[in-house]
Formats: sequence, C-alpha cells, structure tokens
Amino acid sequence: MSIQIDFRNLTVKYGHKFALQDVSLEIPEKRIFAIIGPANSGKTTLLKCINRTIDFVSHAKVQGRVLIDGEDVFRIRNVYELRRKVGMVFPLPVGLPLSVYENVAYAPRRAGIHDRHELDAIVEKCLRQAMLWDEVKDRLQLLGTRLSGGQQQRLTLARALSLRPEILCLDEFSIAIDPVTTMRIEDILRELKNEMTIVLVTNLVQQAHRLADYTAFFSASRLIEANRTETIFNQAAHRLTARYVAGDFG
Amino acid sequence: MSNGSGNAVRKPRARYIANAMRAFGDRAEPLVEWTIRLCGWSAILFVFSIFFFIFREAAPIFGELNWLEFFTSTQWQPSSEVHPRYGILALLVGTVSVTTLAMLVAVPLGLGAAVFISEFCTGKLKESLKILIELLAAIPSIVWGFIGYMVLGPIIIKLTGAPVGVNLLNGGLILGLMSVPIIVSVGEDALKAVPDSFREAAVSLGASRWEVVYRVLFPAAKNGLLAAVLLGVGRAIGETMAVLMCTGHAVQIPHSLLDPVRTLTATIASELGESAAGDPHYRVLFVIGLVLFAITFAVNVIADLIVKGVRNEQSR
Ligand SMILES: Nc1ncnc2c1ncn2[C@@H]1O[C@H](COP(=O)(O)OP(=O)(O)O)[C@@H](O)[C@H]1O
Ligand SMILES: [Mg+2]
Repeated sequence: MSIQIDFRNLTVKYGHKFALQDVSLEIPEKRIFAIIGPANSGKTTLLKCINRTIDFVSHAKVQGRVLIDGEDVFRIRNVYELRRKVGMVFPLPVGLPLSVYENVAYAPRRAGIHDRHELDAIVEKCLRQAMLWDEVKDRLQLLGTRLSGGQQQRLTLARALSLRPEILCLDEFSIAIDPVTTMRIEDILRELKNEMTIVLVTNLVQQAHRLADYTAFFSASRLIEANRTETIFNQAAHRLTARYVAGDFG
Repeated sequence: MSNGSGNAVRKPRARYIANAMRAFGDRAEPLVEWTIRLCGWSAILFVFSIFFFIFREAAPIFGELNWLEFFTSTQWQPSSEVHPRYGILALLVGTVSVTTLAMLVAVPLGLGAAVFISEFCTGKLKESLKILIELLAAIPSIVWGFIGYMVLGPIIIKLTGAPVGVNLLNGGLILGLMSVPIIVSVGEDALKAVPDSFREAAVSLGASRWEVVYRVLFPAAKNGLLAAVLLGVGRAIGETMAVLMCTGHAVQIPHSLLDPVRTLTATIASELGESAAGDPHYRVLFVIGLVLFAITFAVNVIADLIVKGVRNEQSR
C-alpha cells in the first residue's frame, strides 16, 4: 500500500497564531482517512495545504512539506493541475453563479471534453453519485444557488467528483444535509474509495468510526495521534483522544 | 451590551448603567426608525423638488415651443433677433457621442483596474493604488478641462494633423479618464463583496485566475459592476466644465472624431448667464435641463430592466 499524501513537519501560522504545529502524517492511497478534533484545531487548514488554497490567505506562513505522490506541492509549478487532482467539498455549500449542469460540466470541459453526449454522461454520473440526480434531472439549467441547502451541498460533491480526482477532501460535509442523505452519501464514499483517496474531516466522531480505515486526532493545532480507526476508538494511546472519541469534550 | 448582565453580578454600578442604556435603547428604537424613514423620504422629496423647480421654469414655453423643430433641427440660434431657433439635435448628438466615447475608454479601463486592484494586488500596493484612485477622483473638473485644453489638445494636433485640438476625441478622452475613478472604486467594492469561498471553490475546480474573474466574479458581482458603469455614465453625461473646455463648443453633428461638438450641459452652462430670466431662451435652457433629467432617468430604468432580465433568465 503506497502513501498518497505525506505531511512532513508541517507548520502553518496565521500572522503569529499557530494553526498547525509540526504535523507529520502519512495518508495511504485509496483508503478513507478521517481527521477529527474540536473546532479550531487546524483541520480545515490541513486540507487547504493539500490543494494549496492556503495561497489565498495572504497572512498565512507555511513551513515544512506536503508531498503528494512524492512531489512537494509547495514546489509544484502547475498548481492548476494539482487542484484538478484534488476534489474539495466545503462545509457549507458554495453556489457558484452557474447552472446545475454547468457546475458539474465545468471541470470536464476545462479538461478538454467538449462532446455534448460525453458531458451529459459525466454530469449524470456525478449527480447520481452525489445522490442528487433524481431531484434535479428535470431542471439542470436552473441556477445552482436556487437549490436547497442540502441539495447545494450534494451539488458541490458532484462538482468535486466531476474532476475525477485522485484525492477527495471533504470538510464537515454533512453539516447542511439531513441524516438519511448523509447515510447514503457515506455509502457512496465507501464505494469511491476503490477509485480515490478520501480525506474526511468530520465533526461527527461516529461518522469517522463508521467510515474511516484510519483516523487522526487533532487538538489545539497539533496532531495528537493517528492510527487505524479501530485502535483510535478502542485503545487510544492518549487520554485526550480517548476522552474525545468517547464524547467527553469537544 | 450583551455582556452587561455578566458583569452585573460583580458590579452593581455597571448593572445600573447597563439597565439604563437598555431602557433608553428600547425607547430610542422608534426614534431611530423614524429618523431613518425621514432620511429616505427626504431623498425622494429632494429629487421631486429639483424636478419641480426645473419644470416650473420650463413650463411656460411648452405651448409656444415648436417641439418637432426642437428635437429634429440642428439649428441652435437662440439669440437671433429676427428668428431665434431652438433645435437641440446637434447638442443631443454631441452629448451622446462624447458620452459613448468616454464610456468606450472608461469601462474597460475602470473595470480592468478594479479587477487588478481587487484580485491581483495585495498589501501595500493595493492600498497605494486605492489612495491614488481616490486622489484621481478628487481632481476638480476644471483641472481636467485645463489638461484637455493645454496638454491633450496639442498632442492631438501633433498626432493627427487636425486643425484644432479641442474636439469630440479630446472631450471623450478627458471625460473617460474622469469617469474611471468612480468605476474603479464602486467596481472594486462590488468585487470585494463576493465571498472568498467563491474564489476558493472555483480555484479548487482548477480554474485559472482569469477564469475565476470572468466565470465567477463577474456574474456574481454583476449588479454592483453595472452600478459602477452607470455611475460612470451619469458622471459623463452630467459633466459640464471639462466638456465646455475640451469639446470645441461648436454646434454641429460630428462626422469624425476630430470634429468639435457641443453638449447639452455645456450649452446650459455657457448661455444661462447671458439669457434674461423669463425670456424664451432662458426657458428653453430649462427644457434642456428636463431632457437631461429624462436621459439619466432612462439610463437608470434601462439598467434596472437589464438587471431584472438577467435575474429572470437565470431563475428559469
Ligand atoms: N484565514 C484565517 N486567518 C486567521 N486565522 C485563521 C484563519 N483561518 C483559520 N484561522 C485560525 O486558525 C486556527 C485553525 O483553524 P481551522 O483550520 O479552520 O480549524 P478547524 O477546521 O479545525 O476548525 C483557528 O484558531 C482559526 O481561528
Ligand atoms: Mg474547519
């Protein structure tokens, strides 16, 4: 089993405030890797380093390395290619001013697919994977922002999948979705891990337990521990971790 | 005030003050509401009274004015003893052509600068540019007129061989430059109002920075950007002093960029002083004021319809 993402002594500061301190973590290929931890522990910041959207925070300072397939993302020349390799689902839906269809067709078109039938097929497949197809198939030209919050969130998932990413990052994706849909998407994620590496930031400890092969626990900008999910939940090395997964704080 | 009660346990005095402020706040609420309402209504009132004032000065001539000639004739001879003529077609064309030219210059320049400042600059450079733009906006129009007359005019003569340097081209360029600052600052505000999450989401899809600008930011900020352009148009149509100095002030329909023209505003400015209050010439100048009013009104209504149209199209 090879390593897909390798964080080496990663430190991120916003101004003088640490968001991540000396984090070293290996994320294996084609598994579901959960990141758990209380609010403000640096989980989102970690994801932002994977596709380098941290670049947009002008006051952020990054030290250390993030290797994807052995290549340092902060040295990479074609950052657009990197971002196409990494699908990103944000905690709250971000409705781009595009139609439902265009939201999903955008990335494939950029990748050079212009054949109408081929695009239609990709759009349908991604929307099905995101459990949204049945609800929007009759109104694909509707502006994405007109959908309900939960639908928009699934649209972002479809959009992320449209890149056919090697890595799929989800940041607390279930905040805006009802439990039934969440469960169905979790099923989809289990299937998707055959095709891609999934990094799942979640505030629901049980979601990590249900889904993830590996789990890492972050607290106050530090990685406390990372291990097989079973180990984290049953024989955590640190008391803090044990208390957190037991729901004692957070 | 929300933490007032938290401190109150420890400090009775603080609680007293907090309670007093809250009581005052409750009572002040309707007052604040009415003040705001008054401000809103007074804005409407001002617009109406301005319109009313112009209308009152213009109305007495409505019956005598030959409206067909007014709108279709290019003969503007208001001070002729024998047969004064009031044809504003040339002035109308003057205003429209100068404004159009100005917008051809100002819109790309202004929006381009807004995008550059908002999306491609950070830190010190961004702040300096914003201050520079504000300084540009503060230059009085008479100074712009002076620049057009003394600097741009000779350059135009040298480059094109035109007999005079003050003409449609000069006026349009100067007016365009004058409209740039307002387009930049309002446009920049509109772009700034687009949440960062939009940029992040688009970039995460592999969009380049330019694609983010035209696929995401422009559509998301289109109302604000349109407002920016309209304020620019408004500025250009209404500008008086600079066009008076730079356009050459000749009543004619221009056939080329190098022909001198005259605008509606410049006509009012230059002739109101020499016309006797109450005589036909004076009143016709106020009719021109009404025409200007109508033009700006139409521009705004059209823009409104465009915005609504775009909105409806998207919600289909
Ligand atoms: N753009 C930013 N500017 C300044 N501080 C930030 C920014 N984003 C996050 N932070 C701070 O960095 C820390 C980690 O944040 P984040 O990575 O969002 O944590 P999490 O996703 O675990 O809640 C927090 O203390 C947060 O306040
Ligand atoms: Mg977060």
